[in-house]
Amino acid sequence: METTVLIFGQLTDITGAAMLECMAVPDTDALQQQLHQKYPGLAAAKYVIAVDKIICHQNTVLRAGSTVALLPPFSGG
Amino acid sequence: MYRFEDMDERYHRQVILKNFGSAGQQKLLQAKVLVVGAGGLGCAALPYLVAAGVGTVGIVDDDVVSLNNLHRQTLYATADIGLPKVFRAKQKLQALNPGVQIQAYHERLTVHNALSIIEGYDIVIDGTDNFASRYMINDACVVLNKPLVYAAVSQFEGQVALFNVPVNGGCNYRDIFPQPPAEDEVQNCAEAGVLGVLPGIIGTMQAAEVIKWLTGIGSTLAGRLLTYNALQQSLFEIHVSPNDTGRMLMPADATAFMATKYEQLCGTVPDGIEIDSRRFNRRLQESNTIVIDVREFHEVPLVQQFKNIKVPLPQLRDKLDTINAGTILLFCQSGKRSAQAAKVLTEVFGANKKVYSLKGGIVQWLKENQQ
Repeated sequence: METTVLIFGQLTDITGAAMLECMAVPDTDALQQQLHQKYPGLAAAKYVIAVDKIICHQNTVLRAGSTVALLPPFSGG
Repeated sequence: MYRFEDMDERYHRQVILKNFGSAGQQKLLQAKVLVVGAGGLGCAALPYLVAAGVGTVGIVDDDVVSLNNLHRQTLYATADIGLPKVFRAKQKLQALNPGVQIQAYHERLTVHNALSIIEGYDIVIDGTDNFASRYMINDACVVLNKPLVYAAVSQFEGQVALFNVPVNGGCNYRDIFPQPPAEDEVQNCAEAGVLGVLPGIIGTMQAAEVIKWLTGIGSTLAGRLLTYNALQQSLFEIHVSPNDTGRMLMPADATAFMATKYEQLCGTVPDGIEIDSRRFNRRLQESNTIVIDVREFHEVPLVQQFKNIKVPLPQLRDKLDTINAGTILLFCQSGKRSAQAAKVLTEVFGANKKVYSLKGGIVQWLKENQQ
């Protein structure tokens, strides 16, 4: 089963899409590695990861059908 | 001319709301709300706060109206170009509801005035347009224990949250983004652009959060970060919980807050502490040197090109006794956390040890050292 990754803000300029279907991987570290390989610009961008709508600051296990979101900070007002 | 009015009539349509009532109206009339930034977000939030009868509304902004503000900052007219925003806003808002006390601060919020201004208010709206101000307002509200309604916009998307209230762990901005991005990590509004109606939607959401918090109705965005996408007309929310790294980087008290250089947050380290990849490699060859990766354990890429130990930034202060070498080389992903770590270690060890942070982080190092 693939992992759905939702991309927010200007990160979509790097990925070219607001939603990606990624190869299933065991955890967020592996997912990040996969994404950074495919989109090197992501490695240099600032964002946080949420798994199934819960923010995670540490490597997090991905279950079948998990939805991951990459959220960058915004500064505009 | 304005004459004494029947307050019941002005607020009738919201007073008759279930759970709002005259008790809710009384709470608003007695409340003091500070809006920092009279730009796109402020222009949207302010009229609704004033119209709803918030007793005192403060507005902080040192800017004047520009032509390129007018597509989104709807409190201002074309004839206002060049005039201070706070005074134009005050005049317009006062006409909307003469019963509200409007305090205009035509100054920039800084570490020197932030605490004394914010202290006089019950809740703060962040409507600023840069990271330095956002982190400063967040930290000031934590130091003073004031609720903060955060929002920010970029292009077609916006974020809103209620921080620093005793609900869902009392989270703040640093629990989501512990430290400001480096200059090149995020484009600012002027570079990225913004759809005019977007701050209107997000700013009115901020006003709604303030009104709900003050009157105690409904469920607020405490512990949640709401993201809105105008292009998709969709909402997405994530749950936020306290984060140790953010807590560690927060100024401990008012004195530490006032000493923080938010404007230079992207590089708040003494000269000479940051070294580039070339100098880093030279230091690597020296004896009595230890290299510390201050990233979290899960972060990639793993660095195997040179010997290093991992001490994530939040744990650094607890692991000081493991650092025996005379020279300490620190790195992280982009060079920001390692710069923070270098600051901490320099404070702790003083002249006893040499401390360096890899500028540009491992990302830059790998770029320059690829075979």
